[in-house]
Amino acid sequence: MAFDEMSGDGGGVRESYRGLARWLADAPEGLLQARSRQAELFFRRMGITFAVYGDAESSERLIPFDVVPRIIGAAEWAGLEAGLVQRVRAINLFLADVYGAQECLKAGIVPAELILTNPHYVPEMQGRRPPRGVWVHIAGVDLVRTGEDGFYVLEDNCRTPSGVSYMLENREMMMRLFPDLFADYPVRPVETYADMLLSSLRASAPEAAGADPTIVVLTPGPFNSAYYEHSFLADKLGVDLVEGRDLFVDDGKVFMRTTQGRQQVDVVYRRIDDDFLDPLTFRPYSTLGVPGLMTAYQAGTVTLANAVGTGVADDKAVYTYMPEIIRFFTGEEPILKNVPTWRCREPEALKEVLSKLDQLVVKEVGGSGGYGMLVGPAATRAEIEAFRKKLINDPDDFIAQPTLDLSTAPTLDKGELHGRHVDLRPFVLSDPNGVRVAPGGLTRVALKPGSLVVNSSQGGGTKDTWVLDV
Amino acid sequence: MLSRTADSLYWTGRYIERADFLARILEATLRLAAIPTRGDGDAETVWASALASAGAPKALGRSPTEKSVREYLAFAPDNASSITACITRARTNARSVRTALTVELWEAINGAWNGLEEQGQPTRRDEFARFLEWVKTVTLSVEGATSRTMLRNDGYYFLRLGAAIERADNTARLLDVKYHLLLPEGERVGGQLDYFQWTTLLREVSALTAYRWVYRDSVKPWLVADLLVLNRQMPRSLASCQASIVRYLERLANDYGRRGPAQRLAADRMRAFDNSRIEDIFQSGLHEYIQAFLGENGRLGQAIHDQYLS
Repeated sequence: MAFDEMSGDGGGVRESYRGLARWLADAPEGLLQARSRQAELFFRRMGITFAVYGDAESSERLIPFDVVPRIIGAAEWAGLEAGLVQRVRAINLFLADVYGAQECLKAGIVPAELILTNPHYVPEMQGRRPPRGVWVHIAGVDLVRTGEDGFYVLEDNCRTPSGVSYMLENREMMMRLFPDLFADYPVRPVETYADMLLSSLRASAPEAAGADPTIVVLTPGPFNSAYYEHSFLADKLGVDLVEGRDLFVDDGKVFMRTTQGRQQVDVVYRRIDDDFLDPLTFRPYSTLGVPGLMTAYQAGTVTLANAVGTGVADDKAVYTYMPEIIRFFTGEEPILKNVPTWRCREPEALKEVLSKLDQLVVKEVGGSGGYGMLVGPAATRAEIEAFRKKLINDPDDFIAQPTLDLSTAPTLDKGELHGRHVDLRPFVLSDPNGVRVAPGGLTRVALKPGSLVVNSSQGGGTKDTWVLDV
Repeated sequence: MLSRTADSLYWTGRYIERADFLARILEATLRLAAIPTRGDGDAETVWASALASAGAPKALGRSPTEKSVREYLAFAPDNASSITACITRARTNARSVRTALTVELWEAINGAWNGLEEQGQPTRRDEFARFLEWVKTVTLSVEGATSRTMLRNDGYYFLRLGAAIERADNTARLLDVKYHLLLPEGERVGGQLDYFQWTTLLREVSALTAYRWVYRDSVKPWLVADLLVLNRQMPRSLASCQASIVRYLERLANDYGRRGPAQRLAADRMRAFDNSRIEDIFQSGLHEYIQAFLGENGRLGQAIHDQYLS
C-alpha cells in the first residue's frame, strides 16, 4: 500500500486532514459531484484550457480538476521550503559557475563532457553574467512522496516551468465552491504569487532601467499549449503579453511596437525555449523569437527570465549529480533527496538496468512531459524489448529509476473517493535579494486507478494544494 | 498599447459587427422569401440579393438557391464572411488579447463561440430563424459587455472603431445593392413589390420602426435613403457611423496627445456629410455616391492601420 496523504499508512486520519474528514462526513450525498460539475462548467466558460498537440479534433481541452484538496501541514511545509530554497540557491550558483569559472568541472563534481556537450549548454553564454546575476528566476521543482518523511525531487524545471496558473485558478475555484471549508482551515494564501513574481522581475531588471522597468511576458502565441497561462500571468502582473513579432531590436536595445510608437523593454519573462529566442543565434527559421535579441541580451540591456542556458541544470543526466552540486556550492547536506538513479552512461549501471527493466522507470535524458519514457511494471513485454534496443543503442541518452510507490490522495471518481497517485510542483522565485517559495503549488493527480503518470498531456488532472499556517 | 493588441481588438469589433449584420440580412430575406405574392422575380433573386448585400454577389455562381445562400452566409467555414467564421475569428482575435478584455467581455465572446457547436447547423426554416435570433442575442451581449464593463481607454476605442468602420461598410454595401429601389419617384414607379423590398431593407438594419418615428410618413424611397445615409439619429446611417469614427479617433488623439492622418481624413469626411442634402446626392447619383463612400471608408481603414495597428 502506498502512503496516503489523508490516512498515512492506514492508521486513521493525519492531523492536517482532520478538518476535511469531518467536513466530508457531514457533506450530503452527491455534493462533491455537483460541485465538480459546477467547476467544469466554470472552467469552460472562462476558457481555461490547454492545447493538445497532434489532436485536431479537440485542440482545446480542459485539464480535469479534482475538488478534493491536497493538504500539507505547516511543519511538513517548513522542511520542504528549506530544501527548495537550498536547492535553487545551489542551482543558481552552479549555472554561474558553469558559464563562468567552471570550478565544479575542474573539481570533478560533474563530468565536464556531460556539461560541455549537453544539448542545453549554450556556448554563447560562456563568460557572460545575466543582469543582476540571476539565472533561474522561476523554478518549478517536481516532488514526490513515498512516506511520512519521504519526499524526493523528481525533476528540477529550470527553463520555462508551467502550471502556476492552475495553482492560482484552482484556489480561486475552491474558494468559490467551498467557502465554508476555508472558514475552518488556516490555509496560506497563494494569491500573493503575482506580487512576488512582479517584485522578483523588477529587482532583476538591468541597472540602467531605473525605478520603473518595462516588463513583458513573451509567448509563442495562442496555439501554444500553455497560452492560457501566459495570458493569465500577463494579466495578473499587469504587463503586456507580447509575441516575437511585437518586439524588435535596434541599437542593441529591445523595443515593442505600440500604438504610440516604440517603447523600450527591460525585462522579458519569456515562455519560449532557448532555441527559438533569436533566429540570428539559434534556429534560423524560427519565427517565434526576435532577431537580434541575443545581441541585446549579451550587451546587458535586457533581462531574460529565465536566463539563456539554464536547461543544463535541469537535464536528467545532470540531475543525478545534484546532491554533489548542492554540497559543493552550499557546503551543506542536501535537505531534499534525489530519487536513486542509474546513469545508463556508466556501463555497470547499464548492465544492472537491463537486468530488471520490468521493475524500473527509464527516462530519456532530454525528454519532458511524460513522453519517451518506459514505466516497466506497466509495460508489455514487447514495449520492454523495444525499449531495450533503444537503450543499448544509445545508453548516454537514458537514466533509470526505481518505480517509486508515489503517495496517494483521496480523489473523486464516479461519486466515490479513491486514493490516486499524486506529485507536487511548488514554484520557487529567485532575485538578487534571495530565494522564496510560494506557499502552495500544483498537485497533479493520475486519475486512472493505479496509474503513476500525472502529466496533463497523458490524462492527469490537478488539485488545489493547501499549505496550512499552523 | 501593443499595435498587435490594438489590431486584434479592432478586428474583434469588426467581426462581431459583421456577424450581426449577416444575421439581420438573412432574417429579413427569410421574411421576404415567405411572402407568397410578389410581382416579379422568384425566390432565387431574393436570395441572390442577400448574397450581394453581404458583399459576395458572385460567390455561388449563377444560380444561388435558398439552401446554398443560407449555408454560405451562415455556416461556411471557408467563407470569411459567414456568421460561423466571423464568430470564430472574433473569438480567435479576442483570445490572443485576452488581457485587454474584461472577464465579462471575454466570456460573452467565448460563450458565443462555445454556443456555435450547441446550435449546430439547422436547415429547417423555423430552426434557422431561431439560430439567427440567437446570433443577434450573443452579439447584443458582446455589445452590452463592451459598453458596461470596458474601461474607456485606447482598447475600448479600437474595438469601437472596428465596429464603426464595419458598420459603415455594411450599410453602404446594402444601399448599393438596393439603390435601384431608391431611385427618385418618377424614374420608376413603386408597386407592391417595391414596398415589400423597402420595408425589408429597413428591417435589415432594424430601422422600420425608427423610420416611422422619424418621418411619420408611409415608406418612401428617398426618405429611406435619407435615413440610412444622412440621418444622425439613426445609429447605422453612414453619417452616424462616420461621427462615431471621428469621435473615437479624436479620443485616441487626446489620450495619446497626437493627431495624425487618420484623424485628418475622418474630419474631412465628416465635414462633407455636414454639407450634404439627399436631393443633391440623388442628383449626382446614389450609386456613385456610395461607391465613393466605400472607397473612402477603405482608405480610412488603411490610415488607421498605418497609424496605429502595424
